[in-house]
Amino acid sequence: MTENDTTTRGLATPDGETAVEVTGTGTRPAIISDATNRHGSVPVQTRNERFTSTDVHDFPEVTGREATWKLTPVDRIAELISGHLDGSRYEFEAPAVEDIDVAWVPRSDPRIGLAGIPEDRASANAWTMFEGALAVTVGGEEHRELVLTRSQFGSGARAAHTLIEAKPFSNAVVVLDNAGSALLSENVEILVGDGASLTVVTVQDFDDDARYVATHFAKVGRDATLKHVVVSLGGEVVRVNPAVTLAGTGADGELLGVYFADGGQHLEQQVFLFHQAANTRGRVNYKGALQGEGARTVWIGDVLIGPDAVATDSYEQNRNLVLTDGTRADSIPNLEIETGDIQGAGHASATGRFDDEQLFYLRARGIPEEEARRLVVRGFLTDIIQKIGYAPLEERLTAAIEVELAGGRR
Amino acid sequence: MSTLQISGLEVSVETEQGSKQILRGVDLTVNEGEIHAIMGPNGSGKSTLAYAIAGHPKYSVDGGSITLDGEDVLAMSVDERARAGLFLAMQYPVEIPGVTNSNFLRTAKTAIDGEAPAIRGWVKEVRESMTKLRMDSSFAERNVNEGFSGGEKKRNEILQLELLKPRFAVLDETDSGLDVDALKIVSEGVNRAKEATGLGILLITHYTRILRYIKPDFVHVFVNGRVAEEGGPELAERLEEEGYDRFLPGTVVL
Repeated sequence: MTENDTTTRGLATPDGETAVEVTGTGTRPAIISDATNRHGSVPVQTRNERFTSTDVHDFPEVTGREATWKLTPVDRIAELISGHLDGSRYEFEAPAVEDIDVAWVPRSDPRIGLAGIPEDRASANAWTMFEGALAVTVGGEEHRELVLTRSQFGSGARAAHTLIEAKPFSNAVVVLDNAGSALLSENVEILVGDGASLTVVTVQDFDDDARYVATHFAKVGRDATLKHVVVSLGGEVVRVNPAVTLAGTGADGELLGVYFADGGQHLEQQVFLFHQAANTRGRVNYKGALQGEGARTVWIGDVLIGPDAVATDSYEQNRNLVLTDGTRADSIPNLEIETGDIQGAGHASATGRFDDEQLFYLRARGIPEEEARRLVVRGFLTDIIQKIGYAPLEERLTAAIEVELAGGRR
Repeated sequence: MSTLQISGLEVSVETEQGSKQILRGVDLTVNEGEIHAIMGPNGSGKSTLAYAIAGHPKYSVDGGSITLDGEDVLAMSVDERARAGLFLAMQYPVEIPGVTNSNFLRTAKTAIDGEAPAIRGWVKEVRESMTKLRMDSSFAERNVNEGFSGGEKKRNEILQLELLKPRFAVLDETDSGLDVDALKIVSEGVNRAKEATGLGILLITHYTRILRYIKPDFVHVFVNGRVAEEGGPELAERLEEEGYDRFLPGTVVL
């Protein structure tokens, strides 16, 4: 795989493999600082000092030049950023699962706002307009699994608010399985109680004309584990921005993502991992494939290791595999360190073309070209899929990627 | 009897400075069951011959022919050549992240045979071949060549040779970078494959060392894109003593 950017140097990952660190990629400078060298000369504020508000009117109109919007096709989601949104209830499907309660709760629910507050106008717009939140509450201590299917958002502009709470010591996989048409801005709040283990998977398998903007806020408690997975396959514009705070000592955050952009599709994720407490461990790993004229992906990964987060162990990476001409992948890893006393922190980014030598090797063993391509791409994405830890979804995603490769979606 | 026939082969390679001719008319006939050693100094075109036979897109054939039992190999795609019975053991085997060796081997076997191998017998065959090549069973579930040492990659090539059972194999500097123990293991594997299927072998090497373990029937010396001298095993012995100096420009040929 070749690296496409300016400053690269070899870097050993915690797994012992050789990665390539890329700084100063894309359009925004990387931020690397520590306690002795506050932010250096880089003119960017610390990641958790951005303006926040739940009221859309507190945000200025979006011009498309803002750091958070400059890589997004804002004209295609203008209604979501500043239009009126229908914040009423929508239809969903969820089977009854022991220890898991799924219910609509009012705006006054005391949990709302605990995991985070909007940092951009589309998120604040949804927050201002939603009428009630769909709350998933996980109790008990046994392992539970819930697939929440949402495919009835319709084509009118909508707002939604979703709350996922894992009570202390609970253990669950919650899948938000999103499909159908949508013009939707959503906030998802995730609260992981002390000692709980929660996996949240959000699957964007929308129709071709769907436009979806989501912000996930997560707060992970003491000795708790959150595995957060973003899977984006279908939709015209899909932007999912997870912001995870490792708030309790010993909290663990594994942030995974896999995306496959076809011609004309814009798939974006801005990931923020905040190591707030001591002894926290974070892993961010996103992989994407791009195929077809106008296929576009954006990945911005911010990791902030706060002043109290001693003994932090953190690593983030993004890899993109470019399958055809006419695509564009932006990949911008940023790392801020505010304490000198950490165990380790690193980041890596690589965007490469399909490797013809791999193709030749497989074909020289008799494997036809199309099958060889499938093997390589599936191999590239498979380690993320295998980490999800929920077999029915893993199988479905593997099959979905086969369909993507066969060009079946568009 | 199967025959791989190369006649008047001219091959050039694309470089940043443009097209560069490497092979300048190579004639070579390999019958099944024969071992032909191709020797020569660096840059003489040995590896180019290997890649041209396998059909690597970087090399373009400007003249001559390659036929397998009369069939035009040059008209076949890379994978068609493999399915027709040609095998290239690569000097630098490629890593395929996320694809396990066992999945890769089964996929290749299925492609070459035109049907999936019977699971039970196949698993046993893979395990036995791996044991003979002193490959730990964990190599089946590791990704293809990923994190393998140089010697492990070469053993993995020979594992494929044994399992895929080609009619002709080109071994491109399979001996380079191997210590003596690994060289013996790899050579045994090649000899075993020949014993089992009677395949014909083109053994490309820079050194005579491997010829102690794999006995060639014929030796061809490549210089400057052509066969400069041919003979039996005795030619290899002479090269062992004299090196390639007498073939190189500026040297007086006696």
